[in-house]
Amino acid sequence: MPNMSLEKVKMPEQAPDVRNKNFEEVSMGYTEEMAIEEAQRCLNCKHKPCMGGCPVNVKIPEFIALVAEGKFEDAYYKIQETSSLPAVCGRVCPQENQCEKYCVRGIKGEAVGIGRIERFVADWFMKNGKASIEKPEPNGKKVAIVGAGPAGLTCAGDLAKLGYKVSVFEAFHTPGGVLMYGIPEFRLPKAIVQKEIDKLKDLGVEINTNMVIGKVLSIDELLNDEGFDAVFVGTGAGLPSFMKIEGESLNGVYSANEFLTRINLMKAYKFPEYDTPINVGKSVVVVGGGNVAMDAARSAKRLGAEHVYIVYRRSEEEMPARREEVHHAKEEGIEFKLLCNPNKINGEDGWVKSVECIEMELGEPDASGRRRPVAKEGSEFNIEADSVVIAIGQTPNPLIKNTTPDLETNKWGCIVAKEETGATSKTGVYAGGDVVTGAATVILAMGAGKTAAQSIDEFLSNK
Amino acid sequence: MYKIVRKEVLNPSVSLIEVDAPYIAKKAEPGQFIILRVNETGERIPFTIADYDREKGTVTIIFQKVGKTTELLDTLNAGDEILDFVGPLGVASHFENVKRVAVIGGGLGTAIAYPQAKKLHSMGVEVDMINGFRNKDLVIIEDMCKQACTNLYTMTDDGSNGNKGFVTSKLEELIKSGVKYDLVVAIGPLVMMKAVCELTRPYEIKTIVSMNPVMIDGTGMCGGCRVTVGGETKFACVDGPDFDGHLVDFDQAILRSKMFKEKEADSLKQHKCRMEGMQNA
Repeated sequence: MPNMSLEKVKMPEQAPDVRNKNFEEVSMGYTEEMAIEEAQRCLNCKHKPCMGGCPVNVKIPEFIALVAEGKFEDAYYKIQETSSLPAVCGRVCPQENQCEKYCVRGIKGEAVGIGRIERFVADWFMKNGKASIEKPEPNGKKVAIVGAGPAGLTCAGDLAKLGYKVSVFEAFHTPGGVLMYGIPEFRLPKAIVQKEIDKLKDLGVEINTNMVIGKVLSIDELLNDEGFDAVFVGTGAGLPSFMKIEGESLNGVYSANEFLTRINLMKAYKFPEYDTPINVGKSVVVVGGGNVAMDAARSAKRLGAEHVYIVYRRSEEEMPARREEVHHAKEEGIEFKLLCNPNKINGEDGWVKSVECIEMELGEPDASGRRRPVAKEGSEFNIEADSVVIAIGQTPNPLIKNTTPDLETNKWGCIVAKEETGATSKTGVYAGGDVVTGAATVILAMGAGKTAAQSIDEFLSNK
Repeated sequence: MYKIVRKEVLNPSVSLIEVDAPYIAKKAEPGQFIILRVNETGERIPFTIADYDREKGTVTIIFQKVGKTTELLDTLNAGDEILDFVGPLGVASHFENVKRVAVIGGGLGTAIAYPQAKKLHSMGVEVDMINGFRNKDLVIIEDMCKQACTNLYTMTDDGSNGNKGFVTSKLEELIKSGVKYDLVVAIGPLVMMKAVCELTRPYEIKTIVSMNPVMIDGTGMCGGCRVTVGGETKFACVDGPDFDGHLVDFDQAILRSKMFKEKEADSLKQHKCRMEGMQNA
C-alpha cells in the first residue's frame, strides 16, 4: 500500500539565519528512513509520465521502487544506466518543470520528491557504494570534447562507456564548467562535482585543462592533426551581457560571471587563504530574475552584505528562477524590488554609490508570451549600493565560431545543430548545451550531450 | 604542471622565466598573453608573452614583483613547476604598411614592447626603441632590445645612465627633429601610455597601446577587463590587449586598476609576514 500523504517528506535544511552566513550546503538531504518513506509515495504508474519529463530518460519509477525496498545500490545503478551525474541533477534540476510536473500524485497534493530521492541515492552511493566501474573494450576511435561542463561531461561519459577514447579539453584549470564556476557551493558542493568527474576519469576519460580551443588548437587541428575522429562542442554560454547603461564601468560593478567565478571557482569567500579578492560592501544590487541572480544575491549575503536587493523588471510570476531558489532567497533576507529597472549607476571617485531605478508596470504580452514591462514616467528612485551585479544573461563565446569558418551559427552567435542529433554544418562536428540553445539548464545540456553521443557513435560506426 | 626551464634575475625586482609549454609556443604571436596560477590557492594573473621558441617549445615571461602572486612566482627556480599556464590569449599585434615605427617601453613594459620591436625589425621596418626606467639599476634586457631595433634609446628619470628624461621627451625630440613615424607602439604604466598618446595626438601618428587590466579567465567570460575604447565597452582579453591609444579612456582605466588595490595590499602584507615568520622560526 503506497504512502498516501499529500505532502513530500520534508528535507532537513540549515536554518535561514544560520545558513546566510556560511557557504555550506543549504539542504542536508534525506536519511534512509525519509527516502524510503518518500519513495513509498510513488504509485509506480504503468505509463510512467514522469519519465517523459526527463531530458535524459532516467528510469524513475524503477529506481524509486528499488529505494522503497531499501535496495539503494541497485537504485543507483538503475539511475546510472541513463544519467552520468545523478548527484548533480538531484540538486540543481528544475524538477517542478520536468519529471515532477507530470507526477500523478501532483494532481492532488505534492508530486513525489523525485529529485530529493535521486539526490539521496547518489549521495548514499558516494558514501557506501562499491566502485565497480568496468572499463569497456577500446574500439580504437578517438573523440574530442570541447568544454567540460554538463553537456561535454555527459557526452564524454556515454562515449567512454561505448569504448571510445575520449579527450576533454577545458579552458579553465578545473573541469565542471558552470557546475564549478557558476553554481555556488551552498547549492552544489564542489566536492560532489569533483567525485562525479573522478568517476568519468575512472572510465578512461582524459581531461586536459588549460586548453582554450580556438586559440591553442582549432577544431580543424583536432580533426586533422591531433587524430580525432569526431568533435563535440559544449562550450556553453559564457559571454556576459551588460545593460549598456551609464556607470557600468564603475568600480564595484560585476558581471554575474565575474562575481560568481571569483567566489565559486577562485574561492574568494576564503580570502585571504585563497588569493582572489572580491569586494561586496554593505549594500548590493543584483539585476535580474533568474537562478544566476538568486545565486549572486545569496552569495553576496553570505559575504556579509547587510542589504542585498534583487532588481527585476517584471513581477515575481515572470521570474525565470526556480520557485525553490526564490523561496530560499527570501528566507535568507534578500530584498526583492520587483517591477523596477535600473536607469543608470551613479558613482563617486570611480566607485559605485547608488543605482537609479524606475518603476515598471506590465503591459501587453511580448514575443516571449510574458507581459512586457513598461516604465512609469516620473517614478525614478535611488538605491544606495556599494556593488552591483549584472545577471541579465549570457551568450555563447565567439572563440570557436571565429576560428571555424565552416561552422554555421545563428544571429545570436549560437552554433546551429540539429535537435535530434546534435549534428552541425561541419561533418564530424557535433554540438549541444547552451552553445546551441543559449543559456538554459544543466539537465537540458546533459540531454543534448547524450543525444550527440548516440549520433557520434552512429556516425563513427558507419564510417 | 608547467616546468620552468630557465630563470634570470634582470634587476632586484624583475625576473625572467622560460616555461615549458609546447602547445602555446607553437601558436604564440607578439602581443598575446598567457594566464598563470602558481598554486592551488593562487590567483589567475595575465602576463604578456615576452618571447617564445617554437622548436624548444618554451614561452618566456618577464615579471615584476608587485603583489603576492609575483612574489610567489619569484620564489620558483629552474626545475620548479607552475600549476596552471594557459594561452596564447588575446589578439596578436597586426602591423601593415609601416616603414618607420617608434616602440616605447616603460619599466617592465619594455619586456612587453620587446617582442613587438623584434617582430617589426624582422619585417624590415626601421624601429626606434625608446625605453624608460627610474634609474640605471632598473634597466632590463638592454642587449636583447639592441638586437631588436635600429636605434635604441634608454632613458632614466634621474639621468643615472647619462640619458636623463622621460620616454615622451625623447619621442618628442625625435618627432621635432623631423623623423616621420607611421606608427607608435607604447607599452608601460597607464600614465605613461596616456602621456605618449597625448603627445602623438596632435601629430596624428597612429598609436597602439597594450592594456593589462584585472581579469580572471582571459577568454571573454568575466568581463572584468572591460575598457572603454571610442565610447564602446571592449574586453581587453578578447578584443585586445592592443587598442588604438587615441580612443582609450585612460582615466577610467586608471580608476579601474584600483578596484582590488586594498585587498591586494592586504594579501601581500600577510604573505610577507608569513614568509618572515618562517625565516625567523
